Amino acid sequence: MKIMVAVKRVIDYAVKIRVKPDKTGVETQNVKMSMNPFCEIALEEALRIKEAGMASEVVAVSMGPAQCVDTLRTGLAMGADRAIHVDATGPLYPLSVAKLFKALVELEKPGLLILGKQAIDDDCNQTGQMVAGLLGWPQGTFASKVVLDKEKQLATVDREVDGGLETLCMDLPAVITTDLRLNQPRYATLPNIMKAKSKVIKKYTPQELNVEIKSDLEVLQVTEPPKRKAGVIVSSVDELIDKLKNEAHVI
Amino acid sequence: MLRLLSISSKSISNSLRKSSSISSYSFTHLETHLCNPTSSPISSNPSGSPPNQFNSINPAKTPDGYSFSHRFDRNFSSFSSKIGFCKVSSSGYWLNCANLRTCERNGSAVLRVQGSVSGMRSFSSESDRESMEYDVVIVGAGPAGLSAAIRLKQMCIEKGVDLSVCVVEKGAEVGAHILSGNVFEPRALDELLPQWKQEEAPISVPVSSDKFWFLTKKRAFSLPCPFDNKGNYVISLSQLVRWMGTKAEELGVEIYPGFAASEILYDAKDTVIGIATNDMGVAKDGSKKEIFQRGVELKGRIMLLAEGCRGSISEKVMKKYNLREKRHAQHQTYALGIKEVWEIEEDKHNPGSVIHTLGWPLDQKTYGGSFLYHLQDRQIAIGLVVALNYQNPFLNPYEEFQKLKHHPAIKPLLEGGSVLQYGARTLNEGGFQSIPYPVFPGGAIIGCSAGFLNVPKIKGTHTAMKSGMLAAEATFGVLQEGLNLETYWDALQNSWIWEELYRARNYRPAFEHGLIPGLAISGLEHYILKGRSPFTLKHGKPDHEATKVARLCSPIQYPKPDGVLSFDVPTSLHRSNTNHEHDQPAHLRLRDPKIPEQVNSPDYAGPESRYCPARVYEYNPDEKSQLKLQINAQNCLHCKACDIKDPKQNIEWTVPEGGGGPGYSVM
Repeated sequence: MKIMVAVKRVIDYAVKIRVKPDKTGVETQNVKMSMNPFCEIALEEALRIKEAGMASEVVAVSMGPAQCVDTLRTGLAMGADRAIHVDATGPLYPLSVAKLFKALVELEKPGLLILGKQAIDDDCNQTGQMVAGLLGWPQGTFASKVVLDKEKQLATVDREVDGGLETLCMDLPAVITTDLRLNQPRYATLPNIMKAKSKVIKKYTPQELNVEIKSDLEVLQVTEPPKRKAGVIVSSVDELIDKLKNEAHVI
Repeated sequence: MLRLLSISSKSISNSLRKSSSISSYSFTHLETHLCNPTSSPISSNPSGSPPNQFNSINPAKTPDGYSFSHRFDRNFSSFSSKIGFCKVSSSGYWLNCANLRTCERNGSAVLRVQGSVSGMRSFSSESDRESMEYDVVIVGAGPAGLSAAIRLKQMCIEKGVDLSVCVVEKGAEVGAHILSGNVFEPRALDELLPQWKQEEAPISVPVSSDKFWFLTKKRAFSLPCPFDNKGNYVISLSQLVRWMGTKAEELGVEIYPGFAASEILYDAKDTVIGIATNDMGVAKDGSKKEIFQRGVELKGRIMLLAEGCRGSISEKVMKKYNLREKRHAQHQTYALGIKEVWEIEEDKHNPGSVIHTLGWPLDQKTYGGSFLYHLQDRQIAIGLVVALNYQNPFLNPYEEFQKLKHHPAIKPLLEGGSVLQYGARTLNEGGFQSIPYPVFPGGAIIGCSAGFLNVPKIKGTHTAMKSGMLAAEATFGVLQEGLNLETYWDALQNSWIWEELYRARNYRPAFEHGLIPGLAISGLEHYILKGRSPFTLKHGKPDHEATKVARLCSPIQYPKPDGVLSFDVPTSLHRSNTNHEHDQPAHLRLRDPKIPEQVNSPDYAGPESRYCPARVYEYNPDEKSQLKLQINAQNCLHCKACDIKDPKQNIEWTVPEGGGGPGYSVM
């Protein structure tokens, strides 16, 4: 069984974000980029499934400009066997990404598609669900535990939901999106990084996959949230009630 | 044709080695597996001795009687079949550290020196690391390291040979740990990459004006400018190093960011043969996490240490081989630079404007000053440099910097602007008198790790780069022509680095006696003697000894940050993009854990809680109201101030897991 893993190149989580002065977006020039943390968890899960003998191959996929290749190399260094880069400049919204994945899945025919639950730059939390919908596949999102049964070809997924944990059983092929507690991603070791340099990365364009990536959405403006105002120390309970009633209008 | 002889050996600590028959094959790396020693192919051992000879109870037989093993790891750098490692130690690497524990074993075993003092990790597993071999291993992807790498590859192209060059860097990416003013003198870059302008190096703002102010609390007095920055550029060194990294990779240099060199590897003759990277995935208590990854050994025929000021490995090497004493050099003296990059209003921005100040907020006895450079894109670099031989333990360089920004001459410039990044780093001020002998058995020290900063010019980048280039040329001579690495030392002394540093040697020591005598002697040097002075002034006490005890000094009251121009440490720290994996052992080690509470706190009022620009060290009262030291290692900016300034030299800065630390991009 082949596993396809989606990895996204995002601004590193430790970097302080800045909005561009012209408010069209976030400053990404000269900023450290890395693999989305949830995508790392997804790739780690795929590698563990492969190491348990239930999959034969792990394919990492990334979509975006040419620099995505760096993220794919990191994925290859972690242990992915092959990588696919869909070269697309310009903004890619979740529906476009989902359509591209549908096309790739029809080409590669994986038994499992694992994605991170959301990307830390847009926090959409949509791509996994949309792909499952387009493919008509079952989906186990916010996975905190994944157990595969090879003969019966099904996956048992523990999902983290608001009320607690929900356990789902789904037939393969399926879509799984990973949550934080699923695993801890491994380090890419130096020898593996070296070996990854020679692994193959296949490139596609949206045209080759017959996917229209024009989006119905357009970002008009990005602004920073308003600065937190300083707190006020009140001198008595009466003053507090007065402020809550007349200034904050909450009682 | 590559041969490997592997001999199984049994050691006290039960680390058994996989034995394999002799065959001609090359393979990527050697792995240690548990195996049955009796399955070793006795017959294939050419010297005919049974493998049990290597048993530790029988140490008499030296390994010289056996064929040694050549460890030829495939060179990944280029597919030209250059065999990386020709130097063979007669004992062979199989007979290494496992036997260390048996002290009767003669010196032919490979020694490993633990870089850390923690003692939490035992010696047991050091023999199971993967090992990779190169012709040259460079520690640190900074201006010096990358210049050396680029120069090596250039010479390879010129002479039609190939050498494998590996650069290992502890920052998460090239440039992440690079911080500097920076007014750049392109002298070395012109020699290294003359086409830098056409190749779009991020050097675009020439110096347009040069001012020098003396500040008092309320006023600024213009002084004649002692600097000559014509032809120089205002740049972000982090950006330049990033660009140099891409140039190096284009030439075939292998650069590995995210890997920290933590241990030095020696051979039987005490020659440095390589470094080992940190183990990754060790928990705070020292236990191995699920994702534990053993460090990797990087062995080079020549090692070049380019770690920057107070490099952890360089310091160890200098101590081990007595490199300072060899040249009768004085100790190194340091300063701490704290810097912010701001984006200011368009009409206040004047690209290429360079301002240096002296005086306020520092007092007469503290050497230091500030800088304010205008870059491109409405950005300015502003910072304060404080010499670390200050006497008052209550001095807080970070707070002094915050005070500086409120000065009436500086405040208007910053109003309406916002801070992009913050950072701090120590720099060397020892100059000529403190340069150690930079060659050691197995390699050389380049860049600020040796200390080539020109203090009156406040520039060290060009000399660091040139030293890297000279070391590369000497290394090439060693590897290709069998010359001695001492040629690096000779080349240094005949280069413009030496001449420049010699002429600049008296400026900084002149300030030993205070600001006014310092200015007077500097004036004499600069305008009258013009570098031809017959005397060489000496540095005073080492920085850590210069701190007076707290009871002899008065505490300094610092104003609260206003959140607009001045900020508290956590806010600033957030802007440095600093991060470390939190579940790892603290990389700041106390040689004696009792000293902070017994000496630092009572005698010196806990100076580390004041000079650390990242608030790593905090003294908090415990239940018994005793002040206890808390080390927030995760905040560390890798500036090394604590390693330098701790009064009893009790704090040892060791390298944390690779990839951690600040994330500078425009510093």
